[in-house]
Amino acid sequence: MNWKAFLAMLARDAHVARRNFVALLFQTFLQPLMFVFIFGRVMVGSGYMPPSYKSLLLPGIMAICMVGTGIWAVAMPLIAEFQFTREIEDRLLAPMEISWLAIEKVVAGTLQALAAGLMVIPAAWLLLRPGVDLHVPHPLLFALVAILVALFSATGGLALGCSMQQTHIGLMFSLIVAPMIFFGCTYYPWSALEKFPVLQKAVLVNPLVYASEGLRATMIPQFPHLPLLAVVVGLVFFNALLLVTGLRNFHGKSVT
Amino acid sequence: MVAGIRTRELRKVYNSAPPVAAGTGGFSFGAPKAKGKQPRPEIVALDGISLDILPGEIFCLLGPNGAGKSTTVGVLTTRVRPTGGQAFIGEYDVWQNQVAVKRLIGVVAQRPNLDFSLTAREILTFHGAYFGLSSQERAKRAEALLERFKLTDRADQMVRGFSGGMMQRLSIARAMMHDPQVLFLDEPSAGLDPQTRLLLWEIVREYNQSGNTILLTTHNMEEADALCKRLAIIDHGRVIALGTPQELKSAVPGGYLLRLRFGVHSPDFLIRLQVLAGVREVRANDSNGADLYADRGGSLVAEVAALASGAGVELCDVHISEPSLENLFLHHTGRSLRE
Repeated sequence: MNWKAFLAMLARDAHVARRNFVALLFQTFLQPLMFVFIFGRVMVGSGYMPPSYKSLLLPGIMAICMVGTGIWAVAMPLIAEFQFTREIEDRLLAPMEISWLAIEKVVAGTLQALAAGLMVIPAAWLLLRPGVDLHVPHPLLFALVAILVALFSATGGLALGCSMQQTHIGLMFSLIVAPMIFFGCTYYPWSALEKFPVLQKAVLVNPLVYASEGLRATMIPQFPHLPLLAVVVGLVFFNALLLVTGLRNFHGKSVT
Repeated sequence: MVAGIRTRELRKVYNSAPPVAAGTGGFSFGAPKAKGKQPRPEIVALDGISLDILPGEIFCLLGPNGAGKSTTVGVLTTRVRPTGGQAFIGEYDVWQNQVAVKRLIGVVAQRPNLDFSLTAREILTFHGAYFGLSSQERAKRAEALLERFKLTDRADQMVRGFSGGMMQRLSIARAMMHDPQVLFLDEPSAGLDPQTRLLLWEIVREYNQSGNTILLTTHNMEEADALCKRLAIIDHGRVIALGTPQELKSAVPGGYLLRLRFGVHSPDFLIRLQVLAGVREVRANDSNGADLYADRGGSLVAEVAALASGAGVELCDVHISEPSLENLFLHHTGRSLRE
């Protein structure tokens, strides 16, 4: 393993992210924070939603932000660089096994997703206060879940980025990302689906469910949520599946 | 001692249309896409290429589009998995020792593939970092290369706005950044203006003089003639001729080529052309064309015209080519390199 090349590529991604920081900020936070404002502030303030919804919403918004950031940071560059600009070729020719380039992309995406997740907490909290009831009784468990969620976003980005054609980016968002968010227990807890038993079971194939529920379990444990063990098992399983799929497809794209 | 390049019976068969210029033979393929259980179409891009490129040599692969030049480069640079045969850079088998091979090579792809998120200088310095150069060394080499490729005044601008020629120059500078022993240049002068092409040739020669091996592909005979010590002409994934430009040119019967076009000609008439003094070979192109290989050019025209007039055949067009690699290609394949 060539750590020098690996770290140089991480430095390159950090440099590019720093250069695009303002654009990234708007891209990551604008939509979720508008959602927080309308549903958490306007709807709750006008009495259409119960006050407890504020606390329920925050972990879901954090999950959306993290997953959106990871997918955007890993999938979009890969789609463009493999197909249109071919920018990645220089890094594929660096003296390092090409799987490590895919792993570097996952590490960079995970770090960006973690940063986005940690930044959205104070931002949403400021927008929602007063009345947000956050408890983090086990910070280490919270950190573990947050890392697994960030990793899911980046491995998902790798798998998507290496399977999608450039012409299908719009479809990727409307057919994969949007349904994943709406059926990912982000705006409501999994227990809210009790009256829709079939749907409640069906959504368990959506990894975002484990991400949202895991953050709920570690940030607002006073509300109903999936058992933490199920969350960790679910996230580890999907992370492994997406990583293996992503690496295989990355090889397929890199070598003809 | 720098590394050379060796291939043994290299084969590559694509099961689907190869990606454009990303290490492909790029055969045009008119058949409809395979559906259902129909067998996938097989496209043979390399059909047993064996080459020995000596350390320190400038070697050229000459051939038309789709001949297999880029696929050969793709296999030698770890980007295309060979279907059969072996490829070596120095002592390393390319497919078995990819990391070791990548340390030895620098690659300029046919299509620009610069990192659009970076400035010209950053592209060089990050490339240096991937190859483990110290930050001082990176800065020093980047500065020297920017100067050499006349890019200093645009060094700190994003490359998105660069012209095609500037991108190409920067691509070559980047490939030289880690001082590779073997440099691959895939159609390096495509799209360059004559002045930049001369600069490129000068730099390629200079890089070679410092002892490095260079493999370049081109379909420009002038470039092959000007730069290469030896060259291989390839077509349909096979080597059809190999040697120094001089050897290859002298292998064409006579050297000169007269491409003749008549109203209509007959086999008898072609036999009569064959006996003209200096004519080595006559080949019918179609019902009204003929290629005449001879050891003289212009002086034959009057005799051909007289013979045609005597036989009642109308001579419509004459094109004379002096001894060239183009003639050699035409002699071997019956097609022009430009077709």
